Amino acid sequence: MKRLAVLALSALMLSAPLALAVQPDEMLKDPQMEQRARDISKHLRCVVCQNESIDESNADLARDLRLLVRDRLTKGDNNDQVMQYIVDRYGDYVLLRPPFKMTTLALWAGPPLFALLALGLGWRLYRRPAGARPDDAPTATPLSAEERKRLEKLLRTEESGS
Amino acid sequence: MRKLIFIAPTVMFVVLVGLFAAQLLSGRDPKTIPSVLINRPVPDFALEELPGRGMPLRSSDLKGEVSLVNIFGSWCVACAIEHPFLMQLKQQKAIPIHGIDWREKNPMDGLRWLQKNGDPYTRVGLDPDSKVAIDFGVTGAPETFVVDKNGVIRYKHIGPVTAEVWEQTLKPLVEELRK
Repeated sequence: MKRLAVLALSALMLSAPLALAVQPDEMLKDPQMEQRARDISKHLRCVVCQNESIDESNADLARDLRLLVRDRLTKGDNNDQVMQYIVDRYGDYVLLRPPFKMTTLALWAGPPLFALLALGLGWRLYRRPAGARPDDAPTATPLSAEERKRLEKLLRTEESGS
Repeated sequence: MRKLIFIAPTVMFVVLVGLFAAQLLSGRDPKTIPSVLINRPVPDFALEELPGRGMPLRSSDLKGEVSLVNIFGSWCVACAIEHPFLMQLKQQKAIPIHGIDWREKNPMDGLRWLQKNGDPYTRVGLDPDSKVAIDFGVTGAPETFVVDKNGVIRYKHIGPVTAEVWEQTLKPLVEELRK
């Protein structure tokens, strides 16, 4: 019984994202035009809910924006013109994919730059053999004449002794 | 050189904490979207009046003196919060306030709401399908725009206009624009 309930619940949760925000009465008659509207809507942020596109959002303003997109399309705008129309009013912020320009340079260039930096650093650490760390290696001073004499003497007694 | 690698995580942590603290303490709401319409003329529009109220709102009405344009709706909870203060501004004759009655299901709803709570507006236009709201880059209600004598948008406030917002931000700007 419990298992059945869990199953029913998960089925319900899985089916939820399939529900469309775009209502039948909003859709355009021309399927090709409708597809263009859907493509544009997927790239526009819903300004009320912010992390959804207007294509996914159930907010009233998202609906009005969807209708506006369709209205512009039927009036003969191309996809870029429709996008620009919305950007002129809401700024680059409405684009879910931020454009590449001076103000977004850090955003686009930052991650690859950091990845390169990390790779370079990792490579250097990996390549350096353990013994070749100058700061760690004990400083070796050559034996003095007296020490050498003593060493030779010790070695000799060892040989004759065995 | 090697010691540097060991203190680097600590340094990074401190820098991050600093960044987060600065963001948190700045009081900036990351949800507010900067308006691209600042210092641009108000969009061209002509809205219908509320049924029987007269005094509809057109873009040409926004020229001549500094005014506020307030986006509201009878369905909007936060609008009811700022409403008493707008009434106060009207009583003080502080500044003409024009309303855009946004997304009413029934054109009478906004009118009834104003009759019940008081009407702080000089002119009110009805915008049921967000046509003008979208031209103003509205993201929610209430929003309030400061429009100068030449009909140029100079500031946008998102959320209720409170006494604090008026005294600290809007009033100084309005006085500056009147000069």
